[in-house]
Amino acid sequence: MKRVASVAVLPKIDQHVHATVVEVTTRLKDQPGALLPVLHAIQDALGYVPEDAVPLIAREMNLSRADVHGVISFYHFFRTQPSGNRVIYLCRAESCQALGAVALEKHVKARLGVDYHQTTADGAYTLEPVYCLGNCACSPALMVDEELHGRVTAERFDAWLESQTTATSTESK
Amino acid sequence: MSVTVYVPRDASALSLGAEAVAEAIAREARTRKAEVSVVRNGSRGLYWLEPMVEVQTAEGRVAYGPVQADDVPGLFEAGLLEGGTHALSLGLTEQIAWLKNQQRLTFARIGIIDPRSLDDYLAHDGYRGLEAALKMKPADIVKVVTESGLRGRGGAAFPTGIKWKTCHDAEADLKYIVCNADEGDSGTYADRMIMEGDPFVLIEGMTIAGLAVGATVGYIYLRAEYPHARDALHAAIAMAEAEGYLGDDVRASGKAFHLEVRMAAGAYICGEETSLLESLEGKRGQVRFKPPLPAIEGLFGKPTVINNVVTLACVPIILDKGAKHYKDFGMGRSRGTLPIQLAGNLKRPGLVERAFGLTLRELIEDYGGGTASGRPVRAVQVGGPLGAYVPASRLDTPIDYEAFIEIGGMLGHGGVVVFDDTVDMAEQARYAMEFCAIESCGKCTPCRIGSVRGVEVIQRMVAGNAAERERNEVLLRDLCQTMLHGSLCALGGMAPFPVISALDHFPEDFSRAVEKTGA
Repeated sequence: MKRVASVAVLPKIDQHVHATVVEVTTRLKDQPGALLPVLHAIQDALGYVPEDAVPLIAREMNLSRADVHGVISFYHFFRTQPSGNRVIYLCRAESCQALGAVALEKHVKARLGVDYHQTTADGAYTLEPVYCLGNCACSPALMVDEELHGRVTAERFDAWLESQTTATSTESK
Repeated sequence: MSVTVYVPRDASALSLGAEAVAEAIAREARTRKAEVSVVRNGSRGLYWLEPMVEVQTAEGRVAYGPVQADDVPGLFEAGLLEGGTHALSLGLTEQIAWLKNQQRLTFARIGIIDPRSLDDYLAHDGYRGLEAALKMKPADIVKVVTESGLRGRGGAAFPTGIKWKTCHDAEADLKYIVCNADEGDSGTYADRMIMEGDPFVLIEGMTIAGLAVGATVGYIYLRAEYPHARDALHAAIAMAEAEGYLGDDVRASGKAFHLEVRMAAGAYICGEETSLLESLEGKRGQVRFKPPLPAIEGLFGKPTVINNVVTLACVPIILDKGAKHYKDFGMGRSRGTLPIQLAGNLKRPGLVERAFGLTLRELIEDYGGGTASGRPVRAVQVGGPLGAYVPASRLDTPIDYEAFIEIGGMLGHGGVVVFDDTVDMAEQARYAMEFCAIESCGKCTPCRIGSVRGVEVIQRMVAGNAAERERNEVLLRDLCQTMLHGSLCALGGMAPFPVISALDHFPEDFSRAVEKTGA
């Protein structure tokens, strides 16, 4: 099929973002139903899907900007802002509720000083709610990036958080 | 001689420190110059004992648990490698009553084999179902599955054989097998355990489905929250391809079957089959109207079989041992076994695979050992966030699809979440509506708007006086009826189940505010 040249001028974006989008779309766009794999790959590479990259993604995928924006905004997993260094996914679902997830949620928010979808002032952590991590036999659960934690209590969360701070400060020395 | 020690790589076991335990065992063995080979198996499903370490001895596998990394030197001191006695000893794994009193068909290999070894899978009856299927006509494979009485284990309990026959009979140049691995219901983890602990059984089940209906391409739509399952599947698919179990010419049969894992992106609604198809096509996961059925017009408009992980994992044993063997388990129209997942406030949570027909009470008291908090059981939610709350007085309900419909609920994917008497049921009802509001795809009004109004009405009930409460209860019940009958799919159509059951069985929780002010 002959491609219709896009009449809209693409907004200027960061060169690294541009290169990443082009690399990912070139690699994946020909597989059937490629948009989700493309968005995953962009988020894996950049940590988020920058909003100003949407026109470029749309052009490369031969979709409308509305299509791409619609998909990004539909799925909880895709973010359009950079996250903190690590993302904490805290489970809010029933099994965890049955073992004190509501109290844990309050504690974690207070301890980090953020609400859901926010990043701590030092940029270390972003807090996200999640509805089930499949760790329901070891509730309450949370996941840090891809590292799963079970039977989390306020004390165990604090201990984990402190171990991370110690680890980073040793590294920086 | 080298001793084999098993330390699970199951995500839940890892969440409790299994990685550190495996490292500690390797370290300790090096220090003691003992020859040890550590196998990273799946979980046996005895989660209160995880991380559970097993040692192969002449008498069989001996278990220890729950083991933490600091326990390892002591375990070696006590003669771990010979199955020696220690405070954490559990005896022979096969003799643990909790495990012994199960009927593991689908979970036969999980926790036993090394999920990263095709040889181990083959040594434990793996690929025997495919071998049988390759000698059969496609229509006969469909017939065996129909005769086994297997029904969709994802929640809807639709007869699998009928779905396959519809797809088999559809004419097309291309057909698909899609595995729904978007296990989003709270309290369920059977799909995850299968993918992590025995990924080849899912691959085999999908390959057989492909042969049966004439599909050559398969997709596993996997939730983004399951990175460990993703890694296990990628490894298993690569091995199956290398050994000719997947590809252009499956086991030199001349038939092709290609398999790919596609990652979801955190939308609960994508567990609904038509929404899942939209998502696989790279779109917003919005529910489609039915008909056309996916078996006739599914992925990219082609005939598609969509089945849940457990359903597909049941297929190999049915083809291997025959329809009758499977059908002889179970009761009424619920045939075979169901992997039940015990979760929430329980002393002994875990995976119980049994024939249909045992009661909730047996599960919660005999297997579960009562609540972890030691307080009385007040409510049990069966079937995920859209399942009804069963009061303690109804625990004698048998695990059977029809019996659960009778009590105004559903068995769903077999998740059982237990709450003790500190639970606030008005809050649980409000949460059910809130969850529906967050996860609604937005296509139909009863679900999109109804759930938001539901949250507001419940808040008014709880905050108001007696008259306000009564007025709002009428409104809430009416709203629930609209959602039940007017929603396009099960999300809006079942979100009222937890709400109505909470209202019916726990009305006192909705008037706490009234009591407190003494009105």
